[in-house]
Amino acid sequence: MSPRLPPLLAGARDSLPMLVGAAPFGVIFGTLAIATGIPAWATLALSALVFAGSSQFVAVSLIGSGAALPVIWLTTFVVNLRHALYSATLLPYARHLPARWRWSLAFWLTDETFAVVEHQLRQQDNEFDGAWYWLGSSLAMYGNWQLWTIIGVLLGQSVPGLADLGLDFAMVATFAAIVAPQLKKRPVLVAALQAGVVALLARELPFKLGLMLAALAGVAGGVLAERLATSSKSEMKETT
Amino acid sequence: MSLQLLLTIAGMVVVTYGIRLSFLVFGHKLSFPAWLSRALHYVPAAVLTALIVPMALAPQGAIDLSPGNAYLPGTLAAAAVAFFSRHTLAAIISGFVVYGLWRWLS
Repeated sequence: MSPRLPPLLAGARDSLPMLVGAAPFGVIFGTLAIATGIPAWATLALSALVFAGSSQFVAVSLIGSGAALPVIWLTTFVVNLRHALYSATLLPYARHLPARWRWSLAFWLTDETFAVVEHQLRQQDNEFDGAWYWLGSSLAMYGNWQLWTIIGVLLGQSVPGLADLGLDFAMVATFAAIVAPQLKKRPVLVAALQAGVVALLARELPFKLGLMLAALAGVAGGVLAERLATSSKSEMKETT
Repeated sequence: MSLQLLLTIAGMVVVTYGIRLSFLVFGHKLSFPAWLSRALHYVPAAVLTALIVPMALAPQGAIDLSPGNAYLPGTLAAAAVAFFSRHTLAAIISGFVVYGLWRWLS
């Protein structure tokens, strides 16, 4: 057995909970895209080439509502910008790798692979195994996402009229289920409330520009609330 | 429609891959500002809520708080189950059940 195989398999194995977690989203994405009227080739291309779940969902919603191209691109940028943080955090573990490795691993960088790989590489120092471990997680996540997208596409095609059954509601329910648990933190709650109110008020702006406004307002609200909370905490410490 | 889609996807690929490449490939020329990593923390909640609220409160374009709007109780159900159980799939299914029942009953 090649010495590269064990770390490759370990990376895939450690990603297993993430694979299971991503599966329903892959199916919902594929089904939803077809029900929205996006052709199968474009749905599969989104999963194969963009490979970033949350921005794919947002794109389906924006394409369905006829948003302008720059708005879709800009929203993708905002939604995926967190990957730059992952890219920076993982750089120390990739610095020694040849360029073709870094270009490839970057393409497959997701929330899930970041979580798995960062956790593992922080505790080990064998650089070579680290790269294969990282690749194992990447390929497992990638193959998994393609598989469940295809199943979703087939499902969407075999049940015509899914949109009339309220499949567009699936998107709202999915987003609500992702956001709700985060609202226990006060600044995140402020960010969500602010974004929601602005989105509602600005919903009739052309090209879905209201979404960008709402996202910016929400982020600003969250940052401000966090700053106020930390400064009032330090004030309390000073007075007591 | 087809060309538009092709451009949409091509742009998304460039933007997403560019972000992912940033530090891993061009790291020696970049630095990540602290304020940005703080702000990024709020992006998912802000963007997703900005998508949810108009769809739940105004599915046809005008704000609709009448019993005829099944999106609202469905969304609230999904959010409540997720908030208390942290179980995403259970939340989506609960939302669907409430949404379906609501539409069927009204």
